[in-house]
Amino acid sequence: MSPSSSAEAVPGAVPAPDEHHEHHPSYLVDGTTVKSWLLTLDHKRIGVMYLIWVLLFFLIGGTYALVVRLELLTPGPTIIDAMTYNRAFTMHGVVMIFLFMIPAIPGAFGNFMLPLMLGAKDVAFPRLNLLSLYLLLIGAVIAIWGMINGGMDTGWTFYTPYSTHTTTTVAPILFGAFIIGFSSIATGLNFIVTTHTMRAPGITWFKMPLFVWAMYATACIQVLATPVLGLVLLLVVGEQLFHFGIFDPARGGDPVLFQHLFWFYSHPAVYIMVLPSFGVMSEIVAAFSRKNIFGYRAVAFSSLGIAFVGFFAWGHHMFVSGQSTFNAGVFAVLTMLVGVFTAIKVFNWVGTVYKGAVDFKTPFAYFCGFLYFTVFGGMTGVAFATASLDVPWHDTYFVVAHFHFIMVGATIMAFMAAIHYWFPKMFGKMYHEGWGLVSAALIILGFNATFIPQFLLGNAGMPRRYYEYPERFQTLNVASTAGASLLALGFIVSAIYLVYALVYGEKAAANPWNSKGYEWLTESPPPTHNFVGPQPIYTEEPHFYVDPQKAEEPHAV
Amino acid sequence: MQSNAAAPAHPAGVPPVPQVAAHFASLDVQQHAARLGMWLFLATEILLFAGLFVIYANYRFMFHDGFAAASRHLDLMLGTVNTIVLITSSFTAAMAVHYAKEAKNKMVVVMFVLTILMALGFLVIKYFEYSHKFHVGQLPGPYFSDPNPELQVAGVPMYYAIYFLSTGLHGFHVVIGMIVLGWITIKANRNEFSGRNYTAVELGSMYWHLVDLVWIFLFPMLYLI
Ligand code: HEM
Ligand SMILES: [Cu+2]
Repeated sequence: MSPSSSAEAVPGAVPAPDEHHEHHPSYLVDGTTVKSWLLTLDHKRIGVMYLIWVLLFFLIGGTYALVVRLELLTPGPTIIDAMTYNRAFTMHGVVMIFLFMIPAIPGAFGNFMLPLMLGAKDVAFPRLNLLSLYLLLIGAVIAIWGMINGGMDTGWTFYTPYSTHTTTTVAPILFGAFIIGFSSIATGLNFIVTTHTMRAPGITWFKMPLFVWAMYATACIQVLATPVLGLVLLLVVGEQLFHFGIFDPARGGDPVLFQHLFWFYSHPAVYIMVLPSFGVMSEIVAAFSRKNIFGYRAVAFSSLGIAFVGFFAWGHHMFVSGQSTFNAGVFAVLTMLVGVFTAIKVFNWVGTVYKGAVDFKTPFAYFCGFLYFTVFGGMTGVAFATASLDVPWHDTYFVVAHFHFIMVGATIMAFMAAIHYWFPKMFGKMYHEGWGLVSAALIILGFNATFIPQFLLGNAGMPRRYYEYPERFQTLNVASTAGASLLALGFIVSAIYLVYALVYGEKAAANPWNSKGYEWLTESPPPTHNFVGPQPIYTEEPHFYVDPQKAEEPHAV
Repeated sequence: MQSNAAAPAHPAGVPPVPQVAAHFASLDVQQHAARLGMWLFLATEILLFAGLFVIYANYRFMFHDGFAAASRHLDLMLGTVNTIVLITSSFTAAMAVHYAKEAKNKMVVVMFVLTILMALGFLVIKYFEYSHKFHVGQLPGPYFSDPNPELQVAGVPMYYAIYFLSTGLHGFHVVIGMIVLGWITIKANRNEFSGRNYTAVELGSMYWHLVDLVWIFLFPMLYLI
């Protein structure tokens, strides 16, 4: 459907003119005008544009994070006033959740890899795909406009009735999030249809790479949960402007109803953020252990399992909202089911590494960090799911540390691993392995140094979202801020050597990791329609590595 | 996602050959993808309204008497007429698909024009309902000002908030539906559909059935119970 492609006629009609053309430039150089990028319908270019934008959003969100952390260096006012602080942590949350974590992996790597992994020439609806990118950007512009002109102080959860009464600019920011929601739905819808209709002959459901399974499960959540968030955001905007009172107790409204509807989206949404990372890691653990993934079906189905039970766990955010004990019990049990499905994955990953011929490259280093964050963060989740434990921890730094460990930890590990693993495929260049390992070490250490003190702070009773705190919490806060600086340093290092590699890096081979993933069956970087000549034939499973005992030693590049 | 974007000029009376986009294996696959995409989209629309249904159920439970009193003040007559209008329009939309399959593009135009006219009728009736409510002050939340003693019950302003939100959102979908059907009517007028190629007609009328379906839920919820 792209302008450069020719329509293929139905049987009986003349074949398209350039069907057997010999020269196939890579997608990166096929058209070099600005317009050929901005209006492209090629999923790979759209993926690259997503990558650039989400990195920019990550930078914005990260800057806000550093401001917040710097402010908390001392118990009293440090660099900003209380109102600015409230705005800063709200914007940090909004930008990171809606503009980075939700779109990052599906937008950048899902778009790029999904069709390649399915042996397809593109996603099912290329125009919708481009629209989805622009919806994200329009939403981002509206939200960022709101941040500059006033900002919002509600926290990223927008709890009513506060959010309908605060004098800060709630409306544009929520409206921006609403539009971003459409973008998310469009991406999800596109991926589901692509997976159903565009698999190449030979790729049955159980021969799909696990990353595809994870994207599929994610897409199901995006399509099923986001509309409800859209409605609730619209209602809050309406409340702000017209004070209908739907969520306002002063007018007979019910703020807890807001929480139900909000978490009905936002709890599954945490899996929108984390399932793609599970998918990335399933690819990487197989590729760098040089072993077929252990329990392929269990890994595939547990993604769907997480997506499913994720819809019935929202009440665990409301243990202290006046919920009945019975409800709390039900939600606690349903929440723990999520832990069971996650554990299935963890065991299978560990089983894959076991007796594998591990090739300890940068992506694998991130896999190790990921495994640790997921297990540690997940366990604190199970502790939270125990309603009686949640009561003292609720709304303390313990919550902040929990979700940063699992959500940010896992997503960032996967995002960084994905960049390194697929860098040669996407850009045809190699990065410097040594620097890769250094920055991975910095980032993993930085994460721990940032959030372990926050677990301790929360356990000691420091509430989240407070501008000032008692003297006795200072040491741990300083430690956390120091950790955040280390983390930032890690990202700066990787930004430098990756940009360097983009320009001066060695040319990559078609499959530098000797990976068995289907996306490596084409050139690096791939040509515009993904494959030169006839489509590859899919006879092997996507993670089918020879027995590592017999395999030749994988050599460094 | 439409197959005939690149349709070549063709003699009048002969439907154009449907085009398959380069990334699809065949026309069947392309049409299957379009249909699946539409179903998913309709699912998201239903979920959007589902949020409103949940809100309604919650407040109906909290303000049982207020909701009953307010709902008695809707015009059942106009509501019923509107329901009949929409169901009929859904029928004509379905007939359009039937004719498109037989390449009777003129009849597709007729059916969709009828559908659009009924949609317009629906909006006109809604306009009269709305203006009556505005006039007597049966308005949402803080704007409620109807002095009628029967309506001085807790929850009545909430009822009207939900009434206006849900019928307003539905009305918005009616307008979108009219635009979509209008666009497909223009294509039908250009004689573009045939037994091999009627996806646009099919998807357009699927959307219209959704608009109808949502109303079928809203009508009993707001007017009858
Ligand atoms: C697997 C990925 C997970 C992610 C991405 C995640 C993310 C989050 C986030 C973002 C929050 C805080 C929301 C807020 O108030 O701002 C949260 C809270 C919570 N999480 Fe998780 N979580 C995950 C796994 C789990 C698991 C496995 C469990 C339990 C078995 C769990 C139980 C909880 C509970 C009970 C809370 C509420 C804490 C409170 O507010 O008092 N989470 N999680
Ligand atoms: Cu949750």
